[in-house]
Amino acid sequence: MADFSITDTVDITDVVCPVTFVKAKVALEELDDGDILEIRLNDGEPVQNVPRSLKEEGHKVLKLTQNDDGTYRLIVQKVGD
Amino acid sequence: MAADYAALKKGGFMRQKQKDNFSLRLRVVGGNVTAVQLAKIAEVSEKYGDGHVHLTSRQSIEIPFIKLDQIEEVKNALGEGGVEPGVCGPRVRTITACQGSAVCPSGCIDTYALAKELDERYFARELPHKFKFGITGCQNNCLKAEENDLGIKGGIQVKWRESDCINCGVCEKACRTNAITINDGKITVDTGKCNFCGRCVKSCPTEAWDCVHGYIVSFGGLFGNSIVKGEPIVPFIEDHDTLMRVCDAAIEFFAANANPSERFRFTLDRVGHDKFREVIMEAINNG
Repeated sequence: MADFSITDTVDITDVVCPVTFVKAKVALEELDDGDILEIRLNDGEPVQNVPRSLKEEGHKVLKLTQNDDGTYRLIVQKVGD
Repeated sequence: MAADYAALKKGGFMRQKQKDNFSLRLRVVGGNVTAVQLAKIAEVSEKYGDGHVHLTSRQSIEIPFIKLDQIEEVKNALGEGGVEPGVCGPRVRTITACQGSAVCPSGCIDTYALAKELDERYFARELPHKFKFGITGCQNNCLKAEENDLGIKGGIQVKWRESDCINCGVCEKACRTNAITINDGKITVDTGKCNFCGRCVKSCPTEAWDCVHGYIVSFGGLFGNSIVKGEPIVPFIEDHDTLMRVCDAAIEFFAANANPSERFRFTLDRVGHDKFREVIMEAINNG
């Protein structure tokens, strides 16, 4: 797969909504503008809602793919400092 | 002199258990009240009531314990703060609305603007029985559109715009009705499954969708002695003017066909849902 230059990775499969989004948000706060975060998330509510919440925060969602174990991999670029 | 209770009720003064005491219902549109209005309502409640107000189930405010002989004085005092009495009885009631797209990230339509327009167009119009409008901004249905005689629910009709799509795959998962499939980077929307929720648009990083913000209208809802869900018997309504024609046609149908004290649903049951649907389809098609 043509890939992204990942700056950091966060796994949010160990928490439930709304902490899923909070955990992703905190991980993004550690990064700089333009950095790319890879998020591992569960099917269901997280995959339905987290990409949208990140967009509403102003970040740039780049890709969502399913992993072999049924979880998902979301690639998001931080926008802003 | 005997009080004319029907006239008082029409003017929003609801008779209480306590003799010569009235609960005054106020005119509220779409659940919004300004700070100036609230201050005046508080002042009137302290001065003429017993210092409390009641929030009704349909977004109005009532000031209880208003005395019969002070009704005119109370009306004048409220008027100073831009507050008007509401209505009760057989007429068009408070137009209710959620916050809609002006405030809520989930909103697909401007519910408050629409509530104001319907209020100006229909509020307090005399009919064979009460008639309730409710407007909700999206499929989350916070305002419970189908409880109303005429319920309006905002929606977004979508068409994929390939040129802006970055093929991230988010929309396919955001869709809760499995209407979206992606094959070799091409997105198809099953219009039979799409419920116009707009989640694909709201989650799309590049807004790669051509959108029509429109209305899903339901008719004949009841949530009192009888509980019946309003039915969305017509297709997605794509524009404001068509919506107004549909509302006009529904109210005219009710005015022309209902027996006194017969709710819209029972008129539809008696006169025929098919006949009503024909009337509404005509209103939609004859723009």
